[in-house]
Amino acid sequence: MEWYLPVIWAALIGTAVAMYVILDGFDLGIGILFPFTRNESERDQMMRSIAPFWDGNETWLVLGGGGLWVAFPTAYAVIMPAFYLPVIVMLLALVFRGVAFEFRLVSKSKTAWNFAFVAGSTLAAFSQGVILGALIQGVTVQNGAFAGGHFDWATPFALLCGFSLIAGYALLGAAWLIMKTEGPVTERARGQAKICLLLVLGCMGAVSLWTPLSIPRIAERWFSSPNIFFLWPVPVLTALVAFGLWRWIEARRDVLPFVASIALFLLGYLGLVISSYPYLVPPSLTVWDTAAVPASQIFMLIGTLFLLPIVLGYVVFIYWLFRGKVREGESYH
Amino acid sequence: MDLDPVLLARIQFAFTVTFHIIFPSFTIGLSAYIATLGVMWLRTDEERYHRLMRFWTKIFAVSFAMGVVSGIVLSYQFGTNWSRFSVVVGNVVGPLIGYEVLTAFFLEATFLGILLFGFDRVPPWLYVLAAGIVAAGTAMSAFWILAANSWMQTPAGHEIRGGIAYPADWIGIIFNPSFPYRMAHMLNAAYLTTGFVVLAVGARYLLAGKFTEDARTMMRMAIGLLVILAPLQLFIGDQHGLNTLKHQPIKVAAMEGHWDGSKPGDFHIFAWPDEKAETNRFAISIPRGSSLILTHDPNGLFPGLKSVPASERPPVPSVFFAFRVMLGIGFFMIAAALFGAWLWWRGRLFETRWYLHIVSFTWWTGFIAVIAGWIVTESGRQPWIAQGILRTADAISPVPATSILGTLVLFVVCYGIVFSMGIYYINRLIAQGPQGRALEHATGLPNRPIAAAGAAAGDAMSGRH
Ligand code: HDD
Ligand code: HEM
Ligand code: HEM
Repeated sequence: MEWYLPVIWAALIGTAVAMYVILDGFDLGIGILFPFTRNESERDQMMRSIAPFWDGNETWLVLGGGGLWVAFPTAYAVIMPAFYLPVIVMLLALVFRGVAFEFRLVSKSKTAWNFAFVAGSTLAAFSQGVILGALIQGVTVQNGAFAGGHFDWATPFALLCGFSLIAGYALLGAAWLIMKTEGPVTERARGQAKICLLLVLGCMGAVSLWTPLSIPRIAERWFSSPNIFFLWPVPVLTALVAFGLWRWIEARRDVLPFVASIALFLLGYLGLVISSYPYLVPPSLTVWDTAAVPASQIFMLIGTLFLLPIVLGYVVFIYWLFRGKVREGESYH
Repeated sequence: MDLDPVLLARIQFAFTVTFHIIFPSFTIGLSAYIATLGVMWLRTDEERYHRLMRFWTKIFAVSFAMGVVSGIVLSYQFGTNWSRFSVVVGNVVGPLIGYEVLTAFFLEATFLGILLFGFDRVPPWLYVLAAGIVAAGTAMSAFWILAANSWMQTPAGHEIRGGIAYPADWIGIIFNPSFPYRMAHMLNAAYLTTGFVVLAVGARYLLAGKFTEDARTMMRMAIGLLVILAPLQLFIGDQHGLNTLKHQPIKVAAMEGHWDGSKPGDFHIFAWPDEKAETNRFAISIPRGSSLILTHDPNGLFPGLKSVPASERPPVPSVFFAFRVMLGIGFFMIAAALFGAWLWWRGRLFETRWYLHIVSFTWWTGFIAVIAGWIVTESGRQPWIAQGILRTADAISPVPATSILGTLVLFVVCYGIVFSMGIYYINRLIAQGPQGRALEHATGLPNRPIAAAGAAAGDAMSGRH
């Protein structure tokens, strides 16, 4: 009777991960775009646009990781050792970029913490992409525990995913800047958004070709009938959204490019979910194989259903509170 | 070379968690202090409270950032370093951490945004409320993580099937036997830690003759708090110890350096526990002191280390010495607080320079006591990671020792940089002292011309308030 609990949890964690990717995505993106201006007051403006939010955004990462542990302890126990090095590199990168927000303001010379912010953001994005790519390709599991080699994750495909995520986050970041800033930063962000969009489309194309060609299970998922009749809208919608995004950037719209970038991300994400379902740890462990006992999942579910709306409520509140554009030269806090 | 992955994983975890706890011990207390200042400001409309609130908020921001990033690392280390632990007790401990994220982390992170950046955007009451919510969030976070840790010390409300722990009674799990004591002791420890930092900063300003009005306010508030909380900590700690004797007697034996349970225990003020010879060297002791404290009877008996085989004992010296460090600092804190209160009562608190000198140097005492306390608790639990359920040696991830060593080195280097810069910046902020920018608000000026005030405040501040 409890077969649906793991599905609910997979959906919840999927949502947390999507929230993380979008929210921390745009603020990591700001870090990735940081080197493309040398003007400190413009950099202040960029950073100010995300300063009230970054901590909350990163908390989704804790919810994603923590949620995985709560609901699927076995999957957590396989994934973390399998991606030991990229996970720890990601965490350390986040350490440096996180403290850079505060340290950069207090230090006399901003150079070092600008660098920490850029390198940390970029490396974190790259590691996340690598982890994702390696997970899609599959993890060696024996008796419910990780049994592969410790550099299994270092494949060309995973590296491609790493670069894709850098480009993707930069796209989100640029679209965020278009929405939240004005003046030279916005002008530059329009150009950056276009370049990033092209890169992202290239990467999405490469991933979409590579996965079915190299992994039969994924080819079968997409191209066998009747699946193909249900799934064809996904790539078509992606193309439409990309087209709209380009047009909205050109038309100098403020908000729509950001909305479209999010949509693009969600479609890409949906594609990956379709490729991998029902595996949590492809190619062997499904959501049911790794689920926590129902008592734990229910205990946590009750709290989540009650608390998550409250959390979302005040997250929306703070975005609303800090609505509007950040001008150049406007102070920090 | 043969590297032991278990040992390396333990060192790595001990290093990262010790680094982390430095910041919560400070931010839990500081957020409460900031909220208190906010309430005082609203009630009295006195400028100095507001100035102090803004001043400590800057320091809070830097500490909090370090607390957050080091905490995120930890939450993933359960999986990277202790994946068997995640599986065996994940059903029980996982949800507690999950609740921590949902009830505390989001709350802290979100309202921190208002506290740091919302001053110009929200009415004062909401600004102060945000400070209060951040303080409540940090305490809530302590609640859940300590519930998880206490369950690892004194498991309850679960059942073991096939070597895996399953939840049976959530209330029993959360309010496990050692939880109330640990919660009270740790929360109090955080307030004490912050109290001594505030006291030290106040004393430092008074000695330098700077910001004297603010310094006096800080010192009065700190002494008023410490004179109650420092003695209280002794009482809570004593109760905590008695409770531990019931549930983890061998840990207490290690704390007391008590080898032979057939004789009453002496309290060793100093000793060198020799694990091979199973005795203490160079002991300076109060005869039957431990028996008196633990059993309220000078002839009372309690288990000694020899009652279990050596493989079941925790590392005695680290537990033993860490316990003495904590006790020593605890008694120092009581003395410093009581004496300060006496000086205050006699009206000499701000003039007694030797006292100001001492307290201005002892800002670090709380941090060391907290770390020492955790070493007692955590080392004392060995060889178990979850008492009686899972041994530390069986909890390890299938990760090669070289990876753990490599990342350990990375952690030490990175944390070393971040930590030393953080301390340096906090010191700089303290040296700059409270700034009077709030005056503009008090006179009802619009909130925008901050950039101008910022420029005037000097480039070191560059745009930050
Ligand atoms: C008694 C208090 C206490 C203790 C024992 C711990 N923490 Fe902690 N933690 C906090 C009190 C705290 C806090 C007060 O809530 C922090 C510290 C400063 C801060 O920014 O929030 C925090 C931050 C913090 C964060 C970042 C939250 C965010 O995104 O805002 C994580 C993920 C953790 N912690 C996880 C842990 C883990 C896995 C621990 C144990 C091994 C741990 N903490 C011990
Ligand atoms: C003054 C007398 C004190 C006594 C008798 C005392 C007693 C204890 C005992 C028995 C433990 C171990 C409990 C266990 O592991 O089961 C402990 C742990 C601890 N102590 Fe103390 N303590 C004192 C002072 C302090 C002070 C001043 C601080 C910090 C400011 C502090 C912070 C801690 C912390 C953080 C822990 C670990 C968490 C816990 O188990 O509660 N203690 N203390
Ligand atoms: C925040 C304050 C804490 C400090 C300073 C601390 C300190 C330590 C230390 C020194 C060790 C190494 C012990 C040894 O190997 O001899 C350790 C181990 C460990 N602690 Fe803590 N601890 C803290 C809180 C927690 C909490 C809240 C949890 C879990 C909810 C936790 C879980 C663990 C685990 C899983 C290990 C590794 C296994 C082991 O060595 O027993 N710790 N900790």
